[in-house]
Amino acid sequence: MIETGEILQTMRMIQEENFDIRTITLGINLLDCSDPDADKCAARVYDKICKKAKDLVRTGEEIETEFGIPIVNKRISVTPVSLICQADPRPVARALDRAAKEVGVNFLGGYSALMHKGATLADERLLASIPEVLSETKLLCSSVNVASTRTGINMNAVREMGEIIKKTAEKTAGQDGLGCAKLVVFANAVEDNPFMAGAFCGVGEPECAINVGVSGPGVVKVALESVRNQPFDIIAETIKRTAFKITRVGQLVAREASQRLNIPFGIVDLSLAPTPARGDSVAHILTEMGLEMAGAPGTTAALALLNDAVKKGGVMASNHVGGLSGAFIPVSEDIGMIEAAAAGALTIEKLEAMTCVCSVGLDMIAIPGDTSAAAISGIIADEAAIGVVNNKTTAVRVIPAVGKKAGDRVEFGGLLGYAPVMPVNPMKNDAFIARGGRIPAPLHSLRN
Amino acid sequence: MTKALISVTGLDTTGIIASVATKLSEMNINILDITQTILDGYFTMMMVVDLDGANLGFDEINQRLQPVREAMNMTIHMQRMDIFDAMHRI
Repeated sequence: MIETGEILQTMRMIQEENFDIRTITLGINLLDCSDPDADKCAARVYDKICKKAKDLVRTGEEIETEFGIPIVNKRISVTPVSLICQADPRPVARALDRAAKEVGVNFLGGYSALMHKGATLADERLLASIPEVLSETKLLCSSVNVASTRTGINMNAVREMGEIIKKTAEKTAGQDGLGCAKLVVFANAVEDNPFMAGAFCGVGEPECAINVGVSGPGVVKVALESVRNQPFDIIAETIKRTAFKITRVGQLVAREASQRLNIPFGIVDLSLAPTPARGDSVAHILTEMGLEMAGAPGTTAALALLNDAVKKGGVMASNHVGGLSGAFIPVSEDIGMIEAAAAGALTIEKLEAMTCVCSVGLDMIAIPGDTSAAAISGIIADEAAIGVVNNKTTAVRVIPAVGKKAGDRVEFGGLLGYAPVMPVNPMKNDAFIARGGRIPAPLHSLRN
Repeated sequence: MTKALISVTGLDTTGIIASVATKLSEMNINILDITQTILDGYFTMMMVVDLDGANLGFDEINQRLQPVREAMNMTIHMQRMDIFDAMHRI
Protein backbone atom coordinates (compact mmCIF):
# COMPACT_ATOMS: atom_id res chain seq x y z
CA MET A 1 0.00 0.00 0.00
CA ILE A 2 1.25 3.49 -0.82
CA GLU A 3 1.82 5.61 2.26
CA THR A 4 0.22 9.02 2.81
CA GLY A 5 3.62 10.73 2.78
CA GLU A 6 4.38 9.30 -0.65
CA ILE A 7 1.03 10.43 -2.03
CA LEU A 8 1.58 13.92 -0.67
CA GLN A 9 5.09 14.00 -2.16
CA THR A 10 3.74 13.20 -5.63
CA MET A 11 0.99 15.80 -5.30
CA ARG A 12 3.46 18.42 -4.12
CA MET A 13 5.77 17.71 -7.05
CA ILE A 14 2.93 18.35 -9.50
CA GLN A 15 1.13 21.21 -7.76
CA GLU A 16 4.03 23.18 -6.28
CA GLU A 17 7.24 22.10 -8.00
CA ASN A 18 6.15 22.29 -11.66
CA PHE A 19 6.59 18.61 -12.41
CA ASP A 20 5.06 17.85 -15.78
CA ILE A 21 5.35 15.71 -18.85
CA ARG A 22 6.78 18.16 -21.35
CA THR A 23 5.63 16.34 -24.45
CA ILE A 24 4.06 13.30 -26.01
CA THR A 25 5.53 13.29 -29.49
CA LEU A 26 4.09 11.04 -32.17
CA GLY A 27 6.69 10.03 -34.74
CA ILE A 28 5.17 9.43 -38.18
CA ASN A 29 7.04 7.92 -41.12
CA LEU A 30 6.24 9.79 -44.34
CA LEU A 31 8.47 7.86 -46.75
CA ASP A 32 5.41 6.38 -48.45
CA CYS A 33 4.10 9.89 -49.22
CA SER A 34 6.96 10.60 -51.61
CA ASP A 35 5.95 11.79 -55.09
CA PRO A 36 7.80 13.64 -57.87
CA ASP A 37 4.90 16.10 -57.93
CA ALA A 38 5.11 18.46 -54.92
CA ASP A 39 1.36 19.03 -54.68
CA LYS A 40 0.57 15.31 -54.75
CA CYS A 41 3.24 14.71 -52.11
CA ALA A 42 1.75 17.50 -49.97
CA ALA A 43 -1.76 16.05 -50.24
CA ARG A 44 -0.55 12.60 -49.17
CA VAL A 45 1.40 14.07 -46.26
CA TYR A 46 -1.64 16.01 -45.06
CA ASP A 47 -3.93 12.98 -45.26
CA LYS A 48 -1.52 10.64 -43.51
CA ILE A 49 -0.85 12.97 -40.60
CA CYS A 50 -4.53 13.77 -40.11
CA LYS A 51 -5.30 10.05 -40.08
CA LYS A 52 -2.46 8.87 -37.82
CA ALA A 53 -2.62 11.75 -35.32
CA LYS A 54 -6.37 12.31 -35.14
CA ASP A 55 -6.67 10.97 -31.57
CA LEU A 56 -3.31 12.20 -30.24
CA VAL A 57 -4.42 15.41 -28.54
CA ARG A 58 -7.64 13.97 -27.11
CA THR A 59 -5.77 10.94 -25.72
CA GLY A 60 -3.11 13.18 -24.21
CA GLU A 61 -5.79 15.24 -22.50
CA GLU A 62 -7.52 12.13 -21.17
CA ILE A 63 -4.29 10.85 -19.64
CA GLU A 64 -3.66 14.29 -18.19
CA THR A 65 -7.04 14.28 -16.43
CA GLU A 66 -6.99 10.70 -15.23
CA PHE A 67 -3.46 10.66 -13.86
CA GLY A 68 -3.49 14.24 -12.66
CA ILE A 69 -0.22 15.08 -14.39
CA PRO A 70 0.00 18.01 -16.83
CA ILE A 71 1.12 17.08 -20.34
CA VAL A 72 2.25 20.45 -21.60
CA ASN A 73 2.67 19.72 -25.31
CA LYS A 74 1.41 17.22 -27.82
CA ARG A 75 3.63 17.15 -30.88
CA ILE A 76 4.38 15.33 -34.09
CA SER A 77 7.71 14.48 -35.66
CA VAL A 78 7.92 13.35 -39.28
CA THR A 79 10.47 11.94 -41.72
CA PRO A 80 12.91 14.66 -42.85
CA VAL A 81 11.11 16.39 -45.69
CA SER A 82 14.18 16.41 -47.94
CA LEU A 83 13.86 12.60 -48.08
CA ILE A 84 10.27 12.58 -49.30
CA CYS A 85 10.10 15.60 -51.58
CA GLN A 86 12.42 15.84 -54.55
CA ALA A 87 10.62 18.90 -55.96
CA ASP A 88 9.90 22.33 -54.47
CA PRO A 89 9.27 21.48 -50.77
CA ARG A 90 7.17 24.57 -49.95
CA PRO A 91 3.77 22.97 -50.68
CA VAL A 92 4.74 20.14 -48.31
CA ALA A 93 5.70 22.69 -45.64
CA ARG A 94 2.31 24.34 -45.91
CA ALA A 95 0.56 20.95 -45.79
CA LEU A 96 2.50 20.02 -42.63
CA ASP A 97 1.54 23.26 -40.94
CA ARG A 98 -2.12 22.83 -41.91
CA ALA A 99 -2.15 19.21 -40.72
CA ALA A 100 -0.60 20.22 -37.38
CA LYS A 101 -3.29 22.82 -36.94
CA GLU A 102 -6.03 20.39 -37.96
CA VAL A 103 -5.06 17.73 -35.39
CA GLY A 104 -4.43 20.38 -32.73
CA VAL A 105 -0.78 19.72 -31.84
CA ASN A 106 1.51 22.42 -30.44
CA PHE A 107 4.39 21.83 -32.87
CA LEU A 108 5.37 19.62 -35.78
CA GLY A 109 9.04 18.89 -36.45
CA GLY A 110 10.74 17.41 -39.47
CA TYR A 111 11.22 20.18 -42.01
CA SER A 112 14.69 18.77 -42.00
CA ALA A 113 17.71 17.74 -44.02
CA LEU A 114 20.45 15.30 -43.07
CA MET A 115 23.58 16.55 -44.78
CA HIS A 116 26.42 15.60 -42.44
CA LYS A 117 28.44 14.26 -45.35
CA GLY A 118 27.01 16.15 -48.26
CA ALA A 119 23.87 17.61 -49.78
CA THR A 120 21.43 16.13 -52.26
CA LEU A 121 19.56 18.42 -54.63
CA ALA A 122 16.52 17.99 -52.38
CA ASP A 123 18.58 19.03 -49.34
CA GLU A 124 19.69 22.18 -51.16
CA ARG A 125 16.13 23.05 -52.17
CA LEU A 126 14.90 22.52 -48.63
CA LEU A 127 17.66 24.66 -47.13
CA ALA A 128 16.98 27.51 -49.53
CA SER A 129 13.28 27.46 -48.59
CA ILE A 130 13.76 27.55 -44.79
CA PRO A 131 13.64 31.36 -44.26
CA GLU A 132 10.44 31.74 -46.28
CA VAL A 133 8.80 28.63 -44.82
CA LEU A 134 9.52 29.52 -41.19
CA SER A 135 8.23 33.03 -41.70
CA GLU A 136 4.97 31.79 -43.24
CA THR A 137 4.17 28.78 -41.07
CA LYS A 138 3.28 28.75 -37.38
CA LEU A 139 3.71 25.25 -36.00
CA LEU A 140 6.41 23.83 -38.25
CA CYS A 141 9.94 23.32 -36.91
CA SER A 142 13.08 22.80 -38.94
CA SER A 143 16.40 21.11 -38.27
CA VAL A 144 19.53 20.42 -40.27
CA ASN A 145 22.21 17.89 -39.36
CA VAL A 146 25.59 19.19 -40.55
CA ALA A 147 28.02 16.85 -38.82
CA SER A 148 28.45 13.44 -37.25
CA THR A 149 31.20 11.55 -35.47
CA ARG A 150 31.22 9.01 -38.31
CA THR A 151 31.44 11.50 -41.16
CA GLY A 152 33.05 14.65 -39.81
CA ILE A 153 31.76 18.18 -40.34
CA ASN A 154 30.22 19.32 -43.62
CA MET A 155 31.63 22.84 -43.68
CA ASN A 156 29.68 23.76 -46.81
CA ALA A 157 26.47 23.10 -44.90
CA VAL A 158 27.85 24.99 -41.89
CA ARG A 159 28.53 28.00 -44.13
CA GLU A 160 25.08 27.86 -45.67
CA MET A 161 23.34 27.56 -42.31
CA GLY A 162 24.96 30.78 -41.07
CA GLU A 163 23.37 32.57 -44.00
CA ILE A 164 20.03 30.83 -43.61
CA ILE A 165 19.79 31.73 -39.93
CA LYS A 166 20.47 35.39 -40.83
CA LYS A 167 17.82 35.36 -43.56
CA THR A 168 15.28 33.66 -41.29
CA ALA A 169 15.85 36.30 -38.62
CA GLU A 170 15.38 39.08 -41.17
CA LYS A 171 12.17 37.55 -42.52
CA THR A 172 10.73 37.30 -38.99
CA ALA A 173 12.27 40.53 -37.64
CA GLY A 174 8.81 41.82 -36.67
CA GLN A 175 8.53 38.96 -34.14
CA ASP A 176 12.06 39.37 -32.75
CA GLY A 177 13.39 36.68 -35.10
CA LEU A 178 10.90 34.02 -33.96
CA GLY A 179 11.63 31.94 -37.08
CA CYS A 180 15.09 31.16 -35.71
CA ALA A 181 13.54 29.75 -32.53
CA LYS A 182 12.02 27.08 -34.79
CA LEU A 183 15.33 26.23 -36.49
CA VAL A 184 18.14 24.14 -35.03
CA VAL A 185 21.48 23.02 -36.51
CA PHE A 186 22.69 19.65 -35.25
CA ALA A 187 25.76 17.50 -35.01
CA ASN A 188 24.94 13.83 -34.33
CA ALA A 189 21.17 14.42 -34.53
CA VAL A 190 19.11 11.61 -33.02
CA GLU A 191 16.20 9.90 -34.76
CA ASP A 192 13.75 9.66 -31.86
CA ASN A 193 14.07 13.04 -30.16
CA PRO A 194 10.67 14.23 -28.87
CA PHE A 195 11.84 17.82 -28.22
CA MET A 196 11.51 20.81 -30.51
CA ALA A 197 12.76 22.40 -32.61
CA GLY A 198 14.92 19.37 -33.45
CA ALA A 199 12.41 16.51 -33.51
CA PHE A 200 12.17 14.42 -36.65
CA CYS A 201 11.29 10.80 -37.31
CA GLY A 202 14.46 9.08 -38.48
CA VAL A 203 14.61 6.50 -41.27
CA GLY A 204 15.38 3.74 -38.76
CA GLU A 205 12.11 4.41 -36.94
CA PRO A 206 8.95 2.30 -37.28
CA GLU A 207 5.81 3.45 -39.11
CA CYS A 208 4.71 5.34 -35.99
CA ALA A 209 6.07 5.61 -32.44
CA ILE A 210 5.23 7.36 -29.20
CA ASN A 211 8.16 9.21 -27.66
CA VAL A 212 7.82 11.02 -24.36
CA GLY A 213 9.90 13.81 -22.85
CA VAL A 214 9.65 14.52 -19.13
CA SER A 215 10.49 17.66 -17.28
CA GLY A 216 11.01 18.64 -13.67
CA PRO A 217 13.94 20.88 -12.81
CA GLY A 218 11.82 22.38 -10.01
CA VAL A 219 11.48 18.97 -8.37
CA VAL A 220 15.25 18.42 -8.45
CA LYS A 221 15.89 21.90 -7.04
CA VAL A 222 13.49 21.31 -4.12
CA ALA A 223 15.02 17.88 -3.43
CA LEU A 224 18.47 19.50 -3.24
CA GLU A 225 17.23 22.08 -0.74
CA SER A 226 16.99 19.23 1.77
CA VAL A 227 20.71 18.35 1.42
CA ARG A 228 22.27 21.82 1.68
CA ASN A 229 25.98 21.83 2.63
CA GLN A 230 26.25 18.07 2.05
CA PRO A 231 29.08 16.65 -0.11
CA PHE A 232 28.59 15.93 -3.82
CA ASP A 233 28.13 12.19 -3.25
CA ILE A 234 24.86 13.02 -1.49
CA ILE A 235 23.88 15.56 -4.16
CA ALA A 236 24.36 12.97 -6.92
CA GLU A 237 22.36 10.37 -5.00
CA THR A 238 19.51 12.81 -4.36
CA ILE A 239 19.32 13.78 -8.05
CA LYS A 240 19.34 10.11 -9.07
CA ARG A 241 16.44 9.27 -6.78
CA THR A 242 14.44 12.24 -8.01
CA ALA A 243 15.19 11.51 -11.67
CA PHE A 244 14.02 7.93 -11.14
CA LYS A 245 10.65 9.08 -9.82
CA ILE A 246 10.16 11.63 -12.59
CA THR A 247 11.07 9.16 -15.31
CA ARG A 248 8.78 6.46 -13.94
CA VAL A 249 5.86 8.78 -14.53
CA GLY A 250 7.16 9.46 -18.05
CA GLN A 251 7.27 5.72 -18.67
CA LEU A 252 3.73 5.31 -17.31
CA VAL A 253 2.38 8.06 -19.56
CA ALA A 254 4.25 6.67 -22.57
CA ARG A 255 2.89 3.17 -21.98
CA GLU A 256 -0.64 4.43 -21.46
CA ALA A 257 -0.54 6.62 -24.59
CA SER A 258 0.91 3.76 -26.59
CA GLN A 259 -1.86 1.38 -25.48
CA ARG A 260 -4.70 3.83 -26.02
CA LEU A 261 -3.50 4.93 -29.45
CA ASN A 262 -2.40 1.43 -30.44
CA ILE A 263 0.96 2.83 -31.53
CA PRO A 264 4.26 1.26 -30.39
CA PHE A 265 6.13 2.89 -27.53
CA GLY A 266 9.45 4.30 -28.71
CA ILE A 267 11.46 5.93 -25.95
CA VAL A 268 11.37 8.09 -22.87
CA ASP A 269 13.76 11.02 -23.09
CA LEU A 270 15.43 11.47 -19.68
CA SER A 271 15.35 15.19 -19.69
CA LEU A 272 15.25 18.19 -17.43
CA ALA A 273 13.53 20.80 -19.56
CA PRO A 274 13.05 24.24 -18.00
CA THR A 275 10.40 26.88 -18.68
CA PRO A 276 10.64 30.63 -18.04
CA ALA A 277 8.43 30.17 -14.94
CA ARG A 278 10.06 30.66 -11.55
CA GLY A 279 10.63 27.29 -9.88
CA ASP A 280 11.16 25.51 -13.22
CA SER A 281 14.79 26.35 -13.88
CA VAL A 282 17.85 24.18 -14.54
CA ALA A 283 20.11 27.15 -13.70
CA HIS A 284 18.59 27.29 -10.22
CA ILE A 285 19.61 23.68 -9.61
CA LEU A 286 23.18 24.84 -10.24
CA THR A 287 22.79 27.77 -7.86
CA GLU A 288 21.30 25.44 -5.25
CA MET A 289 24.61 23.55 -5.42
CA GLY A 290 26.37 26.67 -4.19
CA LEU A 291 27.02 28.89 -7.21
CA GLU A 292 25.93 32.52 -7.05
CA MET A 293 24.66 32.36 -10.62
CA ALA A 294 24.91 30.05 -13.60
CA GLY A 295 28.23 30.92 -15.22
CA ALA A 296 30.22 31.20 -11.99
CA PRO A 297 33.43 29.13 -11.90
CA GLY A 298 32.33 25.55 -11.18
CA THR A 299 29.25 25.76 -13.40
CA THR A 300 30.49 23.19 -15.91
CA ALA A 301 31.32 20.71 -13.14
CA ALA A 302 27.93 21.24 -11.50
CA LEU A 303 26.16 20.67 -14.82
CA ALA A 304 28.23 17.57 -15.56
CA LEU A 305 27.19 16.06 -12.23
CA LEU A 306 23.55 16.96 -12.79
CA ASN A 307 23.47 15.57 -16.32
CA ASP A 308 25.11 12.30 -15.32
CA ALA A 309 22.94 11.77 -12.25
CA VAL A 310 19.74 12.42 -14.24
CA LYS A 311 20.73 9.65 -16.67
CA LYS A 312 21.78 7.20 -13.97
CA GLY A 313 18.55 7.72 -12.04
CA GLY A 314 16.34 7.69 -15.11
CA VAL A 315 17.77 4.74 -16.97
CA MET A 316 16.42 2.21 -14.45
CA ALA A 317 12.96 3.77 -14.63
CA SER A 318 12.24 3.15 -18.30
CA ASN A 319 12.66 0.09 -20.51
CA HIS A 320 13.71 2.20 -23.52
CA VAL A 321 15.64 5.39 -23.06
CA GLY A 322 16.54 7.58 -26.00
CA GLY A 323 16.20 11.00 -27.55
CA LEU A 324 18.55 13.62 -26.22
CA SER A 325 18.41 12.54 -22.55
CA GLY A 326 20.04 15.03 -20.22
CA ALA A 327 19.66 18.54 -18.87
CA PHE A 328 18.73 21.31 -21.29
CA ILE A 329 20.25 24.76 -20.97
CA PRO A 330 18.23 27.04 -23.24
CA VAL A 331 18.84 30.65 -22.24
CA SER A 332 15.49 32.30 -23.04
CA GLU A 333 13.46 29.39 -21.63
CA ASP A 334 15.02 29.39 -18.17
CA ILE A 335 14.58 32.22 -15.67
CA GLY A 336 17.92 31.46 -13.97
CA MET A 337 19.77 31.53 -17.30
CA ILE A 338 18.02 34.76 -18.31
CA GLU A 339 19.06 36.43 -15.05
CA ALA A 340 22.63 35.15 -15.36
CA ALA A 341 22.93 36.33 -18.96
CA ALA A 342 21.45 39.74 -18.11
CA ALA A 343 23.88 40.12 -15.21
CA GLY A 344 26.84 39.27 -17.45
CA ALA A 345 27.59 36.12 -15.43
CA LEU A 346 26.93 33.89 -18.39
CA THR A 347 28.65 34.32 -21.75
CA ILE A 348 28.39 32.40 -24.99
CA GLU A 349 31.89 31.02 -24.35
CA LYS A 350 30.85 29.65 -20.95
CA LEU A 351 27.69 28.20 -22.47
CA GLU A 352 29.88 26.51 -25.08
CA ALA A 353 31.86 24.83 -22.30
CA MET A 354 28.63 23.77 -20.63
CA THR A 355 27.42 22.12 -23.85
CA CYS A 356 30.34 19.68 -23.60
CA VAL A 357 28.70 18.05 -20.59
CA CYS A 358 24.95 18.39 -21.08
CA SER A 359 22.37 17.09 -23.46
CA VAL A 360 22.40 19.50 -26.37
CA GLY A 361 24.04 22.77 -27.19
CA LEU A 362 23.85 26.51 -27.55
CA ASP A 363 20.12 26.88 -27.27
CA MET A 364 17.76 29.86 -27.54
CA ILE A 365 20.49 32.48 -27.42
CA ALA A 366 19.74 35.93 -28.79
CA ILE A 367 22.75 37.53 -30.50
CA PRO A 368 23.20 41.05 -31.94
CA GLY A 369 21.42 41.61 -35.26
CA ASP A 370 24.63 42.72 -36.97
CA THR A 371 26.41 39.42 -36.23
CA SER A 372 27.78 38.22 -39.58
CA ALA A 373 26.66 34.99 -41.22
CA ALA A 374 30.28 33.82 -41.00
CA ALA A 375 30.32 34.40 -37.24
CA ILE A 376 27.15 32.31 -36.86
CA SER A 377 28.74 29.60 -39.01
CA GLY A 378 31.81 29.75 -36.78
CA ILE A 379 29.64 29.20 -33.71
CA ILE A 380 27.99 26.24 -35.47
CA ALA A 381 31.39 24.79 -36.44
CA ASP A 382 32.65 25.04 -32.86
CA GLU A 383 29.57 23.27 -31.49
CA ALA A 384 29.74 20.63 -34.20
CA ALA A 385 33.41 19.99 -33.33
CA ILE A 386 32.45 19.43 -29.68
CA GLY A 387 29.75 16.98 -30.72
CA VAL A 388 31.83 15.12 -33.29
CA VAL A 389 34.91 14.72 -31.11
CA ASN A 390 32.99 13.81 -27.96
CA ASN A 391 30.57 11.49 -29.71
CA LYS A 392 27.51 13.36 -28.49
CA THR A 393 24.67 15.41 -29.90
CA THR A 394 25.27 19.14 -30.01
CA ALA A 395 23.15 21.85 -31.55
CA VAL A 396 22.94 25.55 -32.22
CA ARG A 397 19.72 27.55 -31.98
CA VAL A 398 20.71 31.21 -32.01
CA ILE A 399 18.43 34.12 -32.80
CA PRO A 400 20.00 37.18 -34.45
CA ALA A 401 17.92 40.07 -33.07
CA VAL A 402 17.54 42.36 -36.06
CA GLY A 403 18.19 46.01 -35.16
CA LYS A 404 19.21 45.14 -31.61
CA LYS A 405 22.54 45.10 -29.85
CA ALA A 406 24.05 43.33 -26.85
CA GLY A 407 22.07 44.11 -23.69
CA ASP A 408 18.74 44.71 -25.50
CA ARG A 409 15.93 42.26 -24.95
CA VAL A 410 13.94 39.96 -27.24
CA GLU A 411 10.58 38.43 -26.40
CA PHE A 412 9.15 35.24 -27.93
CA GLY A 413 6.33 34.50 -25.51
CA GLY A 414 5.04 31.25 -24.04
CA LEU A 415 7.47 28.41 -23.44
CA LEU A 416 10.04 30.12 -25.68
CA GLY A 417 10.38 32.95 -23.15
CA TYR A 418 12.50 36.09 -23.46
CA ALA A 419 16.22 36.78 -23.47
CA PRO A 420 18.84 39.47 -23.24
CA VAL A 421 20.90 39.83 -26.43
CA MET A 422 24.35 38.35 -25.67
CA PRO A 423 27.56 39.70 -27.19
CA VAL A 424 29.44 37.64 -29.80
CA ASN A 425 33.24 37.74 -30.11
CA PRO A 426 33.83 40.44 -32.77
CA MET A 427 36.98 38.92 -34.33
CA LYS A 428 36.52 38.09 -38.02
CA ASN A 429 36.49 34.50 -39.34
CA ASP A 430 35.30 35.02 -42.93
CA ALA A 431 38.35 33.41 -44.54
CA PHE A 432 37.93 30.36 -42.31
CA ILE A 433 34.28 29.86 -43.22
CA ALA A 434 34.85 30.60 -46.92
CA ARG A 435 37.04 27.50 -47.29
CA GLY A 436 34.16 25.00 -47.31
CA GLY A 437 34.73 21.28 -47.81
CA ARG A 438 34.65 18.71 -45.04
CA ILE A 439 36.49 18.45 -41.77
CA PRO A 440 37.41 14.75 -41.65
CA ALA A 441 35.89 12.42 -39.08
CA PRO A 442 38.01 11.96 -35.96
CA LEU A 443 40.13 8.85 -35.51
CA HIS A 444 37.72 7.33 -33.02
CA SER A 445 35.04 7.19 -35.72
CA LEU A 446 36.90 4.09 -36.94
CA ARG A 447 35.46 1.70 -34.40
CA ASN A 448 34.92 -1.43 -36.46
CA MET B 1 -9.16 -3.26 -10.98
CA THR B 2 -8.97 0.46 -11.79
CA LYS B 3 -7.91 2.13 -8.57
CA ALA B 4 -8.06 5.86 -8.03
CA LEU B 5 -7.06 8.16 -5.23
CA ILE B 6 -9.57 10.75 -4.10
CA SER B 7 -8.09 13.51 -1.97
CA VAL B 8 -10.42 15.82 -0.08
CA THR B 9 -9.16 18.98 1.62
CA GLY B 10 -10.78 22.08 3.12
CA LEU B 11 -12.04 23.67 6.34
CA ASP B 12 -13.31 21.01 8.73
CA THR B 13 -17.08 20.70 9.10
CA THR B 14 -19.63 18.02 9.94
CA GLY B 15 -20.56 15.38 7.39
CA ILE B 16 -17.69 15.56 4.90
CA ILE B 17 -16.93 11.85 4.90
CA ALA B 18 -20.63 11.04 4.81
CA SER B 19 -21.34 13.21 1.79
CA VAL B 20 -18.35 11.95 -0.22
CA ALA B 21 -19.05 8.33 0.71
CA THR B 22 -22.73 8.66 -0.14
CA LYS B 23 -21.96 10.09 -3.57
CA LEU B 24 -19.48 7.28 -4.24
CA SER B 25 -22.00 4.71 -3.11
CA GLU B 26 -24.61 6.15 -5.50
CA MET B 27 -22.14 5.53 -8.33
CA ASN B 28 -21.40 2.00 -7.07
CA ILE B 29 -17.77 2.93 -6.32
CA ASN B 30 -16.24 0.76 -3.61
CA ILE B 31 -13.97 2.40 -1.02
CA LEU B 32 -10.82 0.32 -0.42
CA ASP B 33 -8.97 2.47 2.08
CA ILE B 34 -9.38 5.76 3.95
CA THR B 35 -6.91 7.91 5.85
CA GLN B 36 -8.15 11.10 7.43
CA THR B 37 -6.73 13.74 9.73
CA ILE B 38 -7.23 17.35 10.81
CA LEU B 39 -4.19 19.59 10.23
CA ASP B 40 -4.52 23.10 11.77
CA GLY B 41 -8.28 23.01 11.36
CA TYR B 42 -7.96 21.68 7.82
CA PHE B 43 -9.68 18.47 6.99
CA THR B 44 -7.44 16.19 4.90
CA MET B 45 -8.69 12.85 3.63
CA MET B 46 -7.38 10.36 1.15
CA MET B 47 -9.51 7.57 -0.19
CA VAL B 48 -8.44 4.73 -2.41
CA VAL B 49 -11.42 3.57 -4.45
CA ASP B 50 -12.20 0.95 -7.08
CA LEU B 51 -13.80 2.54 -10.15
CA ASP B 52 -14.68 -0.70 -11.95
CA GLY B 53 -18.15 -1.05 -10.40
CA ALA B 54 -19.21 2.39 -11.56
CA ASN B 55 -19.80 1.80 -15.25
CA LEU B 56 -19.02 5.49 -15.81
CA GLY B 57 -16.12 7.22 -17.50
CA PHE B 58 -13.42 8.94 -15.41
CA ASP B 59 -14.61 12.39 -16.45
CA GLU B 60 -18.23 11.59 -15.65
CA ILE B 61 -17.33 10.38 -12.14
CA ASN B 62 -15.26 13.50 -11.58
CA GLN B 63 -18.16 15.69 -12.69
CA ARG B 64 -20.63 13.92 -10.41
CA LEU B 65 -18.42 14.82 -7.44
CA GLN B 66 -18.95 18.50 -8.28
CA PRO B 67 -22.11 18.97 -6.14
CA VAL B 68 -20.20 17.57 -3.14
CA ARG B 69 -17.37 20.02 -3.79
CA GLU B 70 -19.82 22.89 -3.84
CA ALA B 71 -22.03 21.79 -0.92
CA MET B 72 -19.14 21.09 1.45
CA ASN B 73 -16.82 23.80 0.05
CA MET B 74 -14.04 21.22 -0.35
CA THR B 75 -11.24 20.70 -2.87
CA ILE B 76 -11.62 17.21 -4.26
CA HIS B 77 -9.05 15.72 -6.64
CA MET B 78 -9.30 12.32 -8.21
CA GLN B 79 -6.42 10.66 -10.02
CA ARG B 80 -5.49 7.15 -11.07
CA MET B 81 -3.52 5.24 -8.43
CA ASP B 82 -1.01 4.04 -11.04
CA ILE B 83 0.93 7.32 -10.89
CA PHE B 84 1.76 6.78 -7.20
CA ASP B 85 2.64 3.13 -7.73
CA ALA B 86 4.91 4.05 -10.65
CA MET B 87 6.71 6.73 -8.70
CA HIS B 88 7.17 4.99 -5.36
CA ARG B 89 7.29 1.23 -6.05
CA ILE B 90 9.75 -0.73 -8.16
